[in-house]
Amino acid sequence: MKRTIMAALGLATGFGMPAAAEDIKVGLLLPFSGVYAALGNEIEAGFTLGLEKFGAEGNATFEVVSEDTEVKPPVALGKAKKLILQDEADVIVGIVSSGVLGAVRDVVHSAGVPLIVANAGNDEATGEACSPFITRMSFSNGQVNRPMGKWMYDQGIRKVYTLAPDYAAGHQMIDAFATTFTAAGGEIVGQDFTPFQKTQDFGPYLTQAKSSGADAVYVFYAGGEAISFVKQYDSFGLKSELPLYGSGFLTSPLYVNAEGPAAEGVITALHYVPTIESAANAEFVAAFKAKTDRIPSEFAVQGYDAARALVEATKTGANDRASLANALRLVSFEGPRGQLSIDPATNNIVQPIYVYETVAGADGLTQKVLAQLPAEADPVNGCKMEPPVAN
Amino acid sequence: MTTDLGFWTLQTLNALQLSMLLFLLSVGLTVIFGLMHFVNLAHGALYALGAYFAASLAAVGGYWMGFFLAPVAVAGVGVLLYSGLIQRMRKSGPMAQVLVTFGLIFVLLDLTRIVWGDLAQAIELPALLDGRLAFLGIEYPIYRLLIIALGAAIFAALSLVLSRTQIGAMIRAGVDNDAMAACMGINVERLFFIVFCVGCALAGLAGAVAAPLLSVTPDMGLQILIPTLIVIVIGGLGSLRGAIAGSLIYGFVQTFGAVMAPQLASVLIYALLAAVLVIKPVGLFPAKG
Repeated sequence: MKRTIMAALGLATGFGMPAAAEDIKVGLLLPFSGVYAALGNEIEAGFTLGLEKFGAEGNATFEVVSEDTEVKPPVALGKAKKLILQDEADVIVGIVSSGVLGAVRDVVHSAGVPLIVANAGNDEATGEACSPFITRMSFSNGQVNRPMGKWMYDQGIRKVYTLAPDYAAGHQMIDAFATTFTAAGGEIVGQDFTPFQKTQDFGPYLTQAKSSGADAVYVFYAGGEAISFVKQYDSFGLKSELPLYGSGFLTSPLYVNAEGPAAEGVITALHYVPTIESAANAEFVAAFKAKTDRIPSEFAVQGYDAARALVEATKTGANDRASLANALRLVSFEGPRGQLSIDPATNNIVQPIYVYETVAGADGLTQKVLAQLPAEADPVNGCKMEPPVAN
Repeated sequence: MTTDLGFWTLQTLNALQLSMLLFLLSVGLTVIFGLMHFVNLAHGALYALGAYFAASLAAVGGYWMGFFLAPVAVAGVGVLLYSGLIQRMRKSGPMAQVLVTFGLIFVLLDLTRIVWGDLAQAIELPALLDGRLAFLGIEYPIYRLLIIALGAAIFAALSLVLSRTQIGAMIRAGVDNDAMAACMGINVERLFFIVFCVGCALAGLAGAVAAPLLSVTPDMGLQILIPTLIVIVIGGLGSLRGAIAGSLIYGFVQTFGAVMAPQLASVLIYALLAAVLVIKPVGLFPAKG
């Protein structure tokens, strides 16, 4: 296989193929195995679709090299070095886990390779550990939850019990909500952080929440834990007396059907739901469905927009690591999520947040958008870097 | 913290429910070890298989079909494992066995990913089990009560078989001294085979029972393995009493730890494990011999 490629390359150079377009080498660094494999595949599907859709708009061609992080920071670090040194990638896209992002941060920063983060949401990545080479096209943990504090207070909710897994993202998500909710005048009557990926039974915590006198429960859980949590919450009959709110990953379209009717009526906030009414979103949903036979999730749109951001950057004439990194910081377009831009102060995305309720639809569960909360840039959180050079 | 009686009743039921789920898993593992001196780390993977079989069968023929056939299907996988791998590994020492069954975890994990994909599977409860039962001034999910009852029934049945029947006597003889049992005319190899299959079926049953409660994902087997091993180490390897005692201790420490000392919830059980290992390294109720 390798020999054929080498031969083909040799031939190509031998014949002196006209250098028609800029060739951009993209390293796609995602988990294709391990606990986040489903997310990795979803982001890759979105990214591929994005390149197909927008790739022809500019005059660059893209060559994608995929590597599996296995959701293990040391493995991901090795793969990132391989992409940078051996494949000489012009840009790296991906990263699902914040742990992996922490591990590869220094190597991409010091090598000066632009990294488009397509998921990992830890606040520091666009805060004190920010880098002019790292732009985030997904979300930050705080961003998704911050608007919910005031919104829930405005709905008349005064006392909230919070639950989340005991790791960095769990704390950041809940802290962002708690800060704005208490600032609005609400009260957090109880808080539990459950052992991350070690909690099979949420019963003890649910019984606690029930006896706390709260008006509502606000949680962050994702993946398998989200499914167990939502099902167990419903089986205790809590949903009617103690409405369940949370960060939208709780009822992500990627796995809400595994939660079944237990998820009906849960109200959460997220940066994307497939039922946003706009032409750009309708087109994206139809294209994604045609390709994968699934409704796209927030992870798919992150991949899709990461591809679009890359194409937009090349359209400005950027063609190497330094110019791409700079151009990515100035990207702004209207996509399925609405109007997006990159905040040059932190390199985090600025995007609207959607409050949605999971409801029963014609075929399975669907998302009813209750409110679109305006886009707000994250606080700078100790991020210090030079502003991008305008082109 | 509250002094409300209903609150503590609920938490006790939560603890019992978790204990019984772990009991179903650990009893198979511990009896296999007691009889065969074989540590089957792939037991957790069999539990995951049970959940997947249950989800797939339930999608075809309803919940009860999954519930009854998933253990049979997992026992079938057990037969294949036994004749293809375990039988050959019987004499090769614990380290080789641990390595092989540890590798098996990842083989089975990737097989489930290839067959069922990475997305979580859904399984719906029948309406009969979906509600809640009101008693003693509290309401508790019927399905959780069923798990408690099922665990207690399996415990009763196993202890009856082990202490009152001929095959139980043969198994006990095999655990105590397999060479002597073979001299007495007991076909120890066949006994091993039967016990191994029953252990696998119980793992499958645990998976089928856990599926509607938890999420059916490829890594569920890995997540349950550590709690199961803790149960067995605390309870003592190889004994039924050890499995039930270890499960109850784990369930109660985990549940009440989460209520009374939430910051310590993830540490408590490991601290207890360490204490047991220091004070009584063989566990609380080890098998004789």
